[in-house]
Amino acid sequence: MNPDNYLYLSAILFTLGALGVLIRRNAIVVFMCIELMLNATNLAFVTFSRMHGALDGQIIAFFTMVVAAAEVVVGLAIIISVYRTRRSASVDDANLLKY
Amino acid sequence: MSSFPYLTVTIAAPLVGVAAIAALPKGRTSLARPVALVASLITLGFAIADTVAFKTGGPRFQLAEDYAWIPSFHIDYSVAVDGVALVLILLAAVLVPVVLLAAWHDTEEHVPGVEDGTRSVRAYFSLILVLETMMIAVFAANDIFLFYVVFEALLIPGYFLIGSFGGERRSYAAVKFLLYNLLGGLLMLAAVIGLYVITTRSSLGGTFNFQTLSKAVADGTLTMSGPTEKWLFLGFFVAFAVKAPLWPFHTWLPDAAAEATPGTAVLLVGVLDKIGTFGMLRFCLELFPNASHFFTPLVLVLAVISTIYGALLAVGQTDIKRLIAYTSVSHFGLITLGVFALTARGQVGATLYMVNHGLSTGALFLLAGFMISRRGSGSVDAYGGVQKVAPLLAGTFLVAGLSSLALPGLSSFVSEFLVLVGTFEKYPAAAIVGTTSIVLAALYILWLYQRTMTGPVAKSVEGFKDLNRRELAVITPLLALIIALGFVPSLLTNYINPAISKTPAISQTLHQPSVAANQSNGSGQ
Amino acid sequence: MPGELSTVAYAPPPATGALLLTAWVVALPLAGAAVLLIGGKRTNRWGHLLGCAASIGSFVLGAILFFTLLGRPGNARSYDQHVYTWVPVPGFSAEAGFHLDQLSMTFVLLITGVGSLIHVYSVGYMAEDENRRKFFGYLNLFLAAMLILVLANNYLLLYAGWEGVGLASYLLIGFWQHKPSAAVAAKKAFIVNRVGDVGLSLSVMLMYTTFGGFAFTDVFNKASTADRNTLTGIGLMLLLAACGKSAQFPLQSWLLDAMEGPTPVSALIHAATMVTAGVYLIVRSHAIFDLSPNARLLVTIVGAITLMFGAIIGCAKDDIKKALAGSTMSQIGYMILAAGLGPVGYVVAIMHLITHGFFKAGLFLGAGSVMHGMNDDVNMRHYGGLRKYMAVTFVTFGLGYLAIIGVPPFSGFWSKDKLIEAAFAQGGTSGWVLGVTALLGAMITAFYMTRVMLMTFFGEKRWVEDEHGHEPHPHEAPLSMTIPMILLAVGSVFAGGLFVLGTSFQNWLAPVTGHSEGSAHVNSWAVSGAALAVVLIGIGYAWRQYASKPVPSVAPAGSFATRAARRDLYGDAFNENAIMYPGQYLTRLLVYFDLKGVDGVVNGVAAGLGGTSGRFRRAQNGFVRSYALSMFGGAAVLIAALLLVRA
Repeated sequence: MNPDNYLYLSAILFTLGALGVLIRRNAIVVFMCIELMLNATNLAFVTFSRMHGALDGQIIAFFTMVVAAAEVVVGLAIIISVYRTRRSASVDDANLLKY
Repeated sequence: MSSFPYLTVTIAAPLVGVAAIAALPKGRTSLARPVALVASLITLGFAIADTVAFKTGGPRFQLAEDYAWIPSFHIDYSVAVDGVALVLILLAAVLVPVVLLAAWHDTEEHVPGVEDGTRSVRAYFSLILVLETMMIAVFAANDIFLFYVVFEALLIPGYFLIGSFGGERRSYAAVKFLLYNLLGGLLMLAAVIGLYVITTRSSLGGTFNFQTLSKAVADGTLTMSGPTEKWLFLGFFVAFAVKAPLWPFHTWLPDAAAEATPGTAVLLVGVLDKIGTFGMLRFCLELFPNASHFFTPLVLVLAVISTIYGALLAVGQTDIKRLIAYTSVSHFGLITLGVFALTARGQVGATLYMVNHGLSTGALFLLAGFMISRRGSGSVDAYGGVQKVAPLLAGTFLVAGLSSLALPGLSSFVSEFLVLVGTFEKYPAAAIVGTTSIVLAALYILWLYQRTMTGPVAKSVEGFKDLNRRELAVITPLLALIIALGFVPSLLTNYINPAISKTPAISQTLHQPSVAANQSNGSGQ
Repeated sequence: MPGELSTVAYAPPPATGALLLTAWVVALPLAGAAVLLIGGKRTNRWGHLLGCAASIGSFVLGAILFFTLLGRPGNARSYDQHVYTWVPVPGFSAEAGFHLDQLSMTFVLLITGVGSLIHVYSVGYMAEDENRRKFFGYLNLFLAAMLILVLANNYLLLYAGWEGVGLASYLLIGFWQHKPSAAVAAKKAFIVNRVGDVGLSLSVMLMYTTFGGFAFTDVFNKASTADRNTLTGIGLMLLLAACGKSAQFPLQSWLLDAMEGPTPVSALIHAATMVTAGVYLIVRSHAIFDLSPNARLLVTIVGAITLMFGAIIGCAKDDIKKALAGSTMSQIGYMILAAGLGPVGYVVAIMHLITHGFFKAGLFLGAGSVMHGMNDDVNMRHYGGLRKYMAVTFVTFGLGYLAIIGVPPFSGFWSKDKLIEAAFAQGGTSGWVLGVTALLGAMITAFYMTRVMLMTFFGEKRWVEDEHGHEPHPHEAPLSMTIPMILLAVGSVFAGGLFVLGTSFQNWLAPVTGHSEGSAHVNSWAVSGAALAVVLIGIGYAWRQYASKPVPSVAPAGSFATRAARRDLYGDAFNENAIMYPGQYLTRLLVYFDLKGVDGVVNGVAAGLGGTSGRFRRAQNGFVRSYALSMFGGAAVLIAALLLVRA
């Protein structure tokens, strides 16, 4: 099978994720979209690894998974604590970080 | 390479004191004071040992140590001193214990905007020791990158000393100090990198080692195109001109000196600023001789302006510490004049002046601090008739002031005269204008003395206590050195002369002018 | 005439034997000052005794040196003593070394002799002052500095002594620091002197670049090889220095204020020794002045102007010390004038300097004694009829008076007579102008000194109570004060005669200064006659003004000339309006400029940056999605840029 198709899939997934981050207001959804983008890149890495016959891409993919796991832990904790104080999971309600 | 790592030990000694202070148990923080004092005295001992180990008849750089630091960029931990660096290290090592003793109660004094008792004794004394380490390292550095790193790192303890322990407008002064010096420092970083790039293209193959570079510049191994050399010179020079400070880069100094505690002000003006003039003497002149010649007229004009401008502004000040800071602007003008006169007399005088200025201005700042700690005001108008109630305070102040106005018999005279005579050989006009500053010097010092110390005893001065034992112990060594160096300047010139004579640019000006002229006529090749 | 001396190489041999005491002459008072000033209160009890001992010891050493020199032939009385190398720098070696010859020997004897007498006098005069020990410390410091000045064998060390006496003068004028007027006068004296010091520094620098050194050996031997204009430049700078130290026009203004100091100080420093340092400097540098007629001409002009200036001021002052100070200024003007005449005048200048040292110190001590008896009142209009109450003071003061106005056979007659003769001997128009000025000065001197004498010791009592309501009870001073006065009076009577006998003083100094008769022939009997005649006119006019009618105890308004003289001929007013006020304005302007201009630019840049950042800050609206959008936008721009570059 032509590995290019995996790359197209990866690009589509990444775009979907990016659109989600930009458009959706619910923090959980935004978060999931970020995960989607991460996994899209993972897919690209693995594909390139396959195409070039080098292991580097797969190693990076594992790194990304570990980082993503760590991010989930921290990110969810932040979202929950924001929800506790604001009674809302909308990212527009957490706008204290401004000028 | 010497068998015993003299310089490294001297550099590290204050850090050991910092570690000891950090290890103090919570309830015994006031022990930080004696610990710091002992550490600085040990450092002074090592500095004296360096001086003993230094052979005046030997090569220019001695006590060298080299260890690779970042080999891929040819950066070394490389230290070595010549006579100029040695006397400045001695100055730093002498001033720090004096300052520590003077600053004994600084953290307890009431400062607007700070709750009493909240300022950390440990932090204050540790910062001063850290500053000492860096001051010694910056003079000892033989690697230009190492010099640059310490030069910039010095700003950190400096910033905290001004910003956390100063007076009412301390944040403003600290930020101003930091920004000014960072700006200069970054220009210098660009020049340092540029210089390295040039060396990688030459037969040297990339080096930061000052001795190698200096030799290569002198014997023509390392050549730069005219514009490149000028830009690099400016990069270094602006950094040093800010540090020194030279007009018009001087406005951070009065603010910093007036807001810092007197002890910090002494280290700031007495030692830190000397890095500027030291850098001009060592780096600007030796690494970029052609650019130095090109820019000499400009630098001399700036130096003369600084001299007169600083003196006139000192006359117009109403705050004692600001007044002393402006006198320093004037004196730094003279030092720069001596450096750029490019004669042996001028440069020996300038080096000597760096030490003497540290002693006399240091004494003035500390005495002003003693006055302010009694009365709580730095304004000249708040005092009057002090000599009646505190004769020792007034007498020592007068001696320090007379040294500042370069009275013969006190240390500054020899250096000031050498600077002026060295300048006169080549640039009589600059020297003549510079000489008139001695009238202004008399005016600002004696007028200050007249307004604060003489006349009827002011209401606010009644009940003034004279200097106590601790304060006497602070001021006596400074005055003793001022008088001793006034009568026997050879104590220092024995070390400075060989260093200056071996500087490539200066070696042709060793003889007195007319004799030199005769010789060149006689031996015309 | 010029060049005769410089052909003989000037190379004094090193001192040996008793001559090695030269350094100790300086060291004794220096050690005394160090002990008294560093020792502090612990030395209060015996401080004044130590001060006197150091001074007298120095005088004894000076006398030993003098007799040692006398024992040698006239051309072998010049020695150098190397002590140590003061400033060793490549190509610049300043020695701390002393040079003893007839000229410096004369000064050593004058300084230590008069100095010792005044030390002794001060023991009584300052008896009630709680800081008497400090006073003696300063006096010793002065002696040491003055001795360094006259004994130095190079101009840099001379400069050190020069500034040293300036410091001592500053400390002593401002000795009563709690009086604002004293503190101001002290500062003024130092600063005006510093203007002169600029001249001395510049002359040393010029010597260094011209002759390759500033030791006497360098300067004297190479002077004839130097360019005339350079020599004139050095000469003018030396003259500026002399003007500052010797209170010559236009730097004369500090001397009258300097009278704020205790009277012994006025006698020692501001009459007998320090203020004459300018004369010493010019005579010592004769090698330069011999070769530069232009510099000499200016010296004589300055001398002549000051001579009249001081004399006129002296006529109008009611303060006894200020009247004497005006007189000092005028008498030093005479000496400077003589020194400017060249080889004709050097010896005469020094001779007048010595006789003046005696009689003026005596007059000041007499004035001090009068003030002592009159509750420290200095206003002569409050004196009168004191001769009955203070006999010793009256007699000694009177002898000094006769000496200063030049009545034969008192000392002033001999020296002043010679001086006027030398001025006429200059020949030509300048000779006539200078000679007539000197004669006029002699007349005015006679007038104002007679005025002082009459107002103080004759006439009716015009005594007033002091501010505490104490009636003055004039009484003779204690022995420690009267004995120095008597000794100085003896000096003022006989010193002049001794000098003239067999032209001994001329022969003594000639090896140093050279000597020549003037170009014009002058009938010395005619000059003496004219001098005596003008003195009689002066006395007569003063008698008519102040003896034939009672002296008002409040000064009358006076004519325009009197008012001008009372205000020191507007010297201070000129300084204030031409230098002080513009200077104050300038400093204020600069302070403003530094704050708003230099610092303003810096703060302006900071404020500008802050403002711009403030605008950009608005973009931070706190919505995560807009941040994300800008990130994506940025990424898109980057990718587009990459693609463009590759394409």
